[in-house]
Amino acid sequence: MTRRSKALAAALALLAGPVGAEVNDTALAAARPPANLSEIGLFDDMAAMTPNSSVVPYTISAPLFTDYALKYRFVYVPASAGPAAYQGEDVLDLPVGSVLVKTFAYPDGAGGIHRVETRLLIHQEAGWKAWPYVWNEAQDEAELKVAGKDLALTATRPDGSTVDVAYHVPNVNQCKGCHVGTDGALRPIGPKVRNLNLAEEGGNQLDRLLAAGIIAELPADRGSIPATPTFTDEAVPLEARGRAYLDANCGHCHAPGRPADTSGLYLNWEEDREIHRGIMKPPVAAGRGSGGFAYDIVPGDPDHSILLYRLDSTDPGIMMPEIGRSTIDQAGVALIRAYIQLLGG
Amino acid sequence: MNRHIAAVAAILWAQSAIAGNEFHIFPGDAAEEQLQEALILAEPGDTIILADGVYDIRNGLSLDNPDVTIVGAGMDRSILSFKNQSGGAEGLLITAGGAILKDFAVEDTKGDAIKIKGVDGIAIVRVRTEWTNGPDENNGSYGLYPVQTKNVYIDGSVAIGASDAGIYIGQSENIIVRNSRGEFNVAGLEIENSYYADVYANELTNNTGGILIFDLPNLPQQGGHTIRVFDNKSYANNTDNFAPQGNIVGLVPRGTGMLIMANRDVEVFGNDMRNNDTVNVAIMSYVEKFKDENYDPTPKRIHIHDNVFGASGGNPDTSEFAEIVTGALGTPLPNIIWDGVMPLPNFFLWGIEEGGRHSVHDNVYEANSPFGNANLIMYIVARWLHNPSLSMKDASETYPSLGPVSVVIRGVDVNDQTF
Repeated sequence: MTRRSKALAAALALLAGPVGAEVNDTALAAARPPANLSEIGLFDDMAAMTPNSSVVPYTISAPLFTDYALKYRFVYVPASAGPAAYQGEDVLDLPVGSVLVKTFAYPDGAGGIHRVETRLLIHQEAGWKAWPYVWNEAQDEAELKVAGKDLALTATRPDGSTVDVAYHVPNVNQCKGCHVGTDGALRPIGPKVRNLNLAEEGGNQLDRLLAAGIIAELPADRGSIPATPTFTDEAVPLEARGRAYLDANCGHCHAPGRPADTSGLYLNWEEDREIHRGIMKPPVAAGRGSGGFAYDIVPGDPDHSILLYRLDSTDPGIMMPEIGRSTIDQAGVALIRAYIQLLGG
Repeated sequence: MNRHIAAVAAILWAQSAIAGNEFHIFPGDAAEEQLQEALILAEPGDTIILADGVYDIRNGLSLDNPDVTIVGAGMDRSILSFKNQSGGAEGLLITAGGAILKDFAVEDTKGDAIKIKGVDGIAIVRVRTEWTNGPDENNGSYGLYPVQTKNVYIDGSVAIGASDAGIYIGQSENIIVRNSRGEFNVAGLEIENSYYADVYANELTNNTGGILIFDLPNLPQQGGHTIRVFDNKSYANNTDNFAPQGNIVGLVPRGTGMLIMANRDVEVFGNDMRNNDTVNVAIMSYVEKFKDENYDPTPKRIHIHDNVFGASGGNPDTSEFAEIVTGALGTPLPNIIWDGVMPLPNFFLWGIEEGGRHSVHDNVYEANSPFGNANLIMYIVARWLHNPSLSMKDASETYPSLGPVSVVIRGVDVNDQTF
């Protein structure tokens, strides 16, 4: 398609309405997004959350714990913008006009799900923007909530037990609390090739994203593509699982140049200096978050390690991560306990 | 339109752009959402105005747009109360430059009160942070907390009850803290891993330690230096240390006027320190074990002159650190103590390196000896050879005075604008 015919097609698409037939690129480029999620046209059927044909579902290998919420991820890249070039490191370089969509939901107790919020990360000319939409009771519309929202919910743990959740829909600033690059700009975290490199029904997810026009190309040698270990996979060595968990849950802030680098504690996958990984590292500004302990990680002694103490808390002045959860990830705590034990040799 | 009218129109437009929009926030059920929404929507030059009253805030607030002003009706009149906070690690987080905070208070946050991270330009004027229940290890760590920030200006502010430091500036540069008060904190006012600071005309009392100048290893910015501390009052800082264990500030003895640790080029003059139960001024090396090739634990070129030191040291702390020092030097401690710790080759061969020695002169000592070298290396490794010294020879270098620091907020020197 020539450039002119592309522009023409885009113009026709805009005129074509009704909303839902095409993703509304104009709305995505606006300074303020529409008040209602349906107006963007990411979903053909809001009540069923059926994505538009150009909106592609995906998953990641090492998700962040957020109060046991189920997460449904989609990516949209405008046909006119073309796919993202392959890069083995860092987050996919999705072109301007792209959107990352993440819906948070809980089982509704009747075999279905109850959607809570949908977060959009929109790549505009001026950079990435983050906006949260909160679903209505009828589950057929979600409304923009610039300042975020507090909700009282009940979550179900993997073992079937339930727990009350003080669910906080984050506002854009809180999104940026984690979603921020070393340049201080908002940025996506999850869709790195190493997190997308996952087996799924019918092949590898990356091949599907290639076919769907999200990624431009893949190395011929698929074995050369990096992969983050799945920390829930017990076949993976424990140390790698522990570090993958810390990378996914902590490393977006606790890394050089990131929001928590003031602490000198770096939990990103790439960090190889023991002291910065927390091993026998004294805290800097932990306050009562120290729990009275002297080091972030005491190898072999999880019960005297600040890192575990803060994972195992729900007090806002103590807990880590600072936002995104109001309950304790029991499986995560067990994993990190075992990881610290293992470090003792 | 003729050219003249166009020019006038342009000037009017420019003035209205500078004046910016105002967001008026009033106490009430909707206040938190309205305030957070204003903090998100405010654009450069805009002002958020907090009406008189107490605001019940449940989640941490945050500002990420540059050059926004938040102003209340007074530090005792517009109060953001976080007593019922359920989310967020601090009260107000600022991650954009050029913010001006004036005339309001942040109370009872679960973590830090006001944190400013990684920006250029923050002005905090007549702002109060307080934990209203008094000293308690369950209070948040820091009251006013700029970190990794350039151009920090704090004036006329008050910080009470922090379980670490009331006013704490970390890993920052170009800093002025003046006319402010820290009370009932573990540390009243602390400058840590920072460069170029003027700390003056502040009042520190009823803390565990009044003023701390610290440097810690394994951090993105370290090697703190070029700090002037002058015309402050640091007296009766005799509150028991209530820092949660594991925090470095926990080592500060109750009754410390000022503690300088592992910094270089610190000039201390014109201050009045007295009635501190352990000591007026301590100069120390970093005391913990560390693994960091780039870190220098030894303080250098500490220059203390023209201060007035009143009686202190009458009821020294009995913590481990204070016991070592009083054990080595006896009680009451001299007004200024130096631990005498340095790298061992220096210690055994040639002493503190040339150009690194301290300078103490022309102070008024109303009681106690002027200066003591505790010689802690020998006190700890070979006590029978230990020989503390009250001689001034260990602090008799001559140094020129440091120059003033300039702080620029929104492109204008703070001394050339009114807040």
